[in-house]
Amino acid sequence: MTTPMVEARGVRKSYAGVEVLKGVDLTVVRGEVTCLIGPSGSGKSTLLRCINHLEKHDAGELRVDGQLIGYEARDGKLYERNDKQICSERSQIGMVFQRFNLFQHLTVLENITIGQIKVKGVNAEAANARARELLARVGLDNKEKNYPSQLSGGQQQRVAIARALAMEPKLMLFDEPTSALDPELVGEVLDVMKDLAHSGMTMIVVTHEMNFAREVANTVYFLDGGVIEESGDPKVILLTPKSERLKSFLSKVL
Amino acid sequence: MNGDSAAKVVPVRHVGRWVGAAVALLFISMLVHTLLSKVPTGQRACHTVNGSRLCHNIVNWRFSWNVVGQYFTTSEVLHGLVVTLELTALAMAIGIVFGVLIAVMRLSHNRLLSSTAWSYTWFFRGTPVYVQILFWGSLALLYPAFTIGIPFMSVTFWHFKTVSIFTPFIAGVVGLGLNEAAYMSEIARSGLIAVDEGQSEAATSLGMSRGQTLRLVVLPQAMRVVIPPTGNEVISMLKTSSLVIAVSVTDLLGAVTNIYSSNYEIVPLLIVASLWYLIVTTILSIGQFYLERYFAKGALRTPPPTPMQRIKNDLSGILSKFRSRRRHPLDQVAR
Repeated sequence: MTTPMVEARGVRKSYAGVEVLKGVDLTVVRGEVTCLIGPSGSGKSTLLRCINHLEKHDAGELRVDGQLIGYEARDGKLYERNDKQICSERSQIGMVFQRFNLFQHLTVLENITIGQIKVKGVNAEAANARARELLARVGLDNKEKNYPSQLSGGQQQRVAIARALAMEPKLMLFDEPTSALDPELVGEVLDVMKDLAHSGMTMIVVTHEMNFAREVANTVYFLDGGVIEESGDPKVILLTPKSERLKSFLSKVL
Repeated sequence: MNGDSAAKVVPVRHVGRWVGAAVALLFISMLVHTLLSKVPTGQRACHTVNGSRLCHNIVNWRFSWNVVGQYFTTSEVLHGLVVTLELTALAMAIGIVFGVLIAVMRLSHNRLLSSTAWSYTWFFRGTPVYVQILFWGSLALLYPAFTIGIPFMSVTFWHFKTVSIFTPFIAGVVGLGLNEAAYMSEIARSGLIAVDEGQSEAATSLGMSRGQTLRLVVLPQAMRVVIPPTGNEVISMLKTSSLVIAVSVTDLLGAVTNIYSSNYEIVPLLIVASLWYLIVTTILSIGQFYLERYFAKGALRTPPPTPMQRIKNDLSGILSKFRSRRRHPLDQVAR
């Protein structure tokens, strides 16, 4: 049996004395789509950011591709990784943000090539070729010279997805990718994500789009108050939730 | 209600605006009049024309424009101007480099680094720049000579007298530059914190190191916020640099002071210096405009027009007003 892409055991995280994650267990199988749902403040985004090491978890074990995040286990000790090692770990994990976070001073094409050129050392020509390929894939091949501010929210988010994919990640993290979009623009972003899921990308998606979770996800985790309240096949738990909290959450969002 | 579609449009009358404009015009004409006025010198000149003697009072420009013109491009003034430009450029270079460094230190997670940066700003912003220039000029009183070697041992690599390195010019540059760094660090810091945190998060998640994030993502975007106040600082430095007179460096102001102390043409020579300061400031402002435009790319959907474009737009706007008579707004709807 292959190692899971992400494995969390008892992950805890506090901010200034407030515990946001209170021992989270989660397993993400390679090539599958996992959705994290739950009310705001439940710790979904924090968990995602811990997986990418944007936040450091305080306790518990967090592995990506079999490797401990931020530490190396050798001779019965945990060695904290240095910045360079952490950067190289991060470069293999793509992240898409709620507010797109495209580099405002760079064109669409430059946004997609900068990571390849500066982090992976790809030459400019190859990076441009890959960027154009990805832009075609997200349906924006005529926008490469535009600046992010000249695009709609949906277009910006698709560029952000292309930017993350340019690094050829083994895992993609989506932090509420459609929450900042006008309702009519949500569909175009979800379509790109569905495409990506069908191509076999391992994805973790924090979302409020229950239809997306039901259609695309292999597993759904429901977080509430920093713990996983319920998890399983979306077709089962979203239709016949067991816990009272998931029932009341679903009654509010559906 | 849409009866007569060709009805005449009556514009709103701006009475206050017209009165204000008239008052402004009055003051402008008074200013022009006095600038171009002539006053009698008290001397008379007489000529013999066709056998008869004609005398008249000799008058002169009140502002002695002839003296201004006479000294405007003398080598002494031009040399002073070059010194002023050198001082401004070098002091600003020191100010910008150290300022960015101090701003980055200030935002560091290391408490010692951030408090060092804070203390630097506190000290150099808290004492007069004039005093600082005097201090660097009198450094030789404190340390007559510098020796670089291994401490506590009699090994010396380099030994020099303070006065041979800290010439008045260098003292001026160092004094102005280190003081400027304190102000520039606050400007740079405001630029750095103005860039949305999401930008550095996105850079980090692509695997960029902290240095790369700062250099490739944060600083270029901070530039947009930083340039207008930095331009202000450059223009301010151009004139503040005249304080190097404290350590007897002959800059633009120093040059005209030297001249008028021997010929007593104080006002015309001050006008010479002021005109040069104005000319350089104008050139710097134009440079700033284009620099701002360059770094605004991506931030604005449409960049602001250049002055030439603006003049063109204004002219074509005025022309089109003359060409087509104002129509009733409803007129266009009707068709």
